[in-house]
Amino acid sequence: MATRNHGNLAAERSALGSVAGQGVAAPEVGAPGAAASGVVAQTSGLSRSFAGHVVLDDLDLEIRSGEFVAMIGRSGTGKSTLLRALAGLDRDVTGGLTVSAPVAVVFQEPRLVPWKRVLANVSLGLRASDPRGVARSALDEVGLAERADAWPLTLSGGEAQRAALARALVRDPGLLLLDEPFSALDALTRISMHALVLSLWERHRPAVLLVTHDVDEALALADRVLVLADGKIAHSATITLGRPRDRDHPDLVALRIRLLTELGVATRDVDRE
Amino acid sequence: MSVSTRTSATRRGSPAEPAAGAGSLPIAGVTAAPQARPGRGRSWRQKGWLRLISPLVVLALWQIISVTGVVSQQKLPSLTTLWSTAVRLITTTSPTYGTLQGAMAISLERVSIGFAIGGGFAVILAVIAGLSRFGENAVDPIMQALRTLPLFGLIPVFIVWFGIGETPKITLIALGAAIPLYLNTFAGIRGVDGKLAELGQVLGLRRREMIRDIVLPGALPMILVGLRQSLGVAWLALVVAEQINANAGLGFIINQGETFLQQNVIFVALFVYLILGLLTDYIVRLIERRALTWRRGIMET
Repeated sequence: MATRNHGNLAAERSALGSVAGQGVAAPEVGAPGAAASGVVAQTSGLSRSFAGHVVLDDLDLEIRSGEFVAMIGRSGTGKSTLLRALAGLDRDVTGGLTVSAPVAVVFQEPRLVPWKRVLANVSLGLRASDPRGVARSALDEVGLAERADAWPLTLSGGEAQRAALARALVRDPGLLLLDEPFSALDALTRISMHALVLSLWERHRPAVLLVTHDVDEALALADRVLVLADGKIAHSATITLGRPRDRDHPDLVALRIRLLTELGVATRDVDRE
Repeated sequence: MSVSTRTSATRRGSPAEPAAGAGSLPIAGVTAAPQARPGRGRSWRQKGWLRLISPLVVLALWQIISVTGVVSQQKLPSLTTLWSTAVRLITTTSPTYGTLQGAMAISLERVSIGFAIGGGFAVILAVIAGLSRFGENAVDPIMQALRTLPLFGLIPVFIVWFGIGETPKITLIALGAAIPLYLNTFAGIRGVDGKLAELGQVLGLRRREMIRDIVLPGALPMILVGLRQSLGVAWLALVVAEQINANAGLGFIINQGETFLQQNVIFVALFVYLILGLLTDYIVRLIERRALTWRRGIMET
């Protein structure tokens, strides 16, 4: 929990500069710049099996500070198992696992404590001199300030997930784990959540590991996309395009086909290649 | 006595099934969806008035039967007689009975002390049993065994152990109150959403915070069910305890009334029990409404 090299600000995002649709490869988004500021999480030979069924198999992974990593894979390939291990929720993994930054998690469901109002949810367990003040500004950041005193059960799905994001952010994490956080949201809400996550990430620069089923989501957000299959990282692709990204950019189209192939989804495009 | 043995659904960590006792609540079960009671505020009160009708009919019948002599006044004193008896017991200090309010105060004190001790122990033990397998193995078998014990069968034992003063009475009340509260709190804790416990872990909650912010609030609906059952048993135990060897209190008044063949005094004391019982139940309902406001949240939108 010691080293927290907050924000390699030198790696200022050129997202603003790159016009959507141009798809100009922004110089070294993520990778080299972030590498200089160190590794926040590392696994070597990480394995986990449930009653003889191997879910993670000798997995090596490195997440660098400030990097946005997306992990895709079919159901049951161990994505969530890996995330839980990184979150410290699974004590039965074997192999090397080092996490050298404070971790925050956003789960698939918002997991707000229903008997605490939104503000109290965000400040729950927060060790700060003014937890409520910090929590209030985090809510402000996710655009939920006016719902601070609401009961969680009265929030919409998107609002609840934004509250969960605020709760994660307010802890100033060096590693933010997102476990399919948008999968339960409707398509429109999901799009605005993508924008929100990106802007928060750009402002706070935590390393992010996003677990998702959605290839397009991964392509829209990540610096690096990992495909998990049979408990190993089967494929890794780096995306150097600036954000926001045009999903029809030729590089992304090609990568999408590649990733879908890795996932074992046959598409017409794949056949054509 | 049936109240304390009705809580059978709570064994072996099987979680949410509420050990619902008399008048099972609409709020039982931690994970149950909040019940939609449309337009709670006013219609609730209207319903409250409707609920008064049948008891009033019973009282009216009572009065008629008694006054017309269908049943003799000796067996069933009329309500007007009871009223004047009550007034007499309140306004005069009789050598036989003392005063009604004095007896009430003493009984209330016994129940409060007994309930505080028993309830306190119950919640602490339930937390111990609810939070760890070790705690469950250590505590739960004993509590389950005590549950099957006939409470009032213990009276002779308590008299031998504690004499005939306040101690056996309060012990009896404490034990009686502890059992249902323990069972429900334990089941409530086991029924708390494991995902929230996991969340607490991710947020780095300390053990104390976990209990205060996650576990106990999560178990609260069940704790309140247990609380109502507990208070019921506490009053019950009080009556029995006070008829054994008391020289003050409501049970003592009943005993004296029996000795002097004054049925009307017995009935007055019983009415006081009834009112006190309803009153405590009402207080728990108030607590319930305040403490569980977050469930109503869903209806306000």
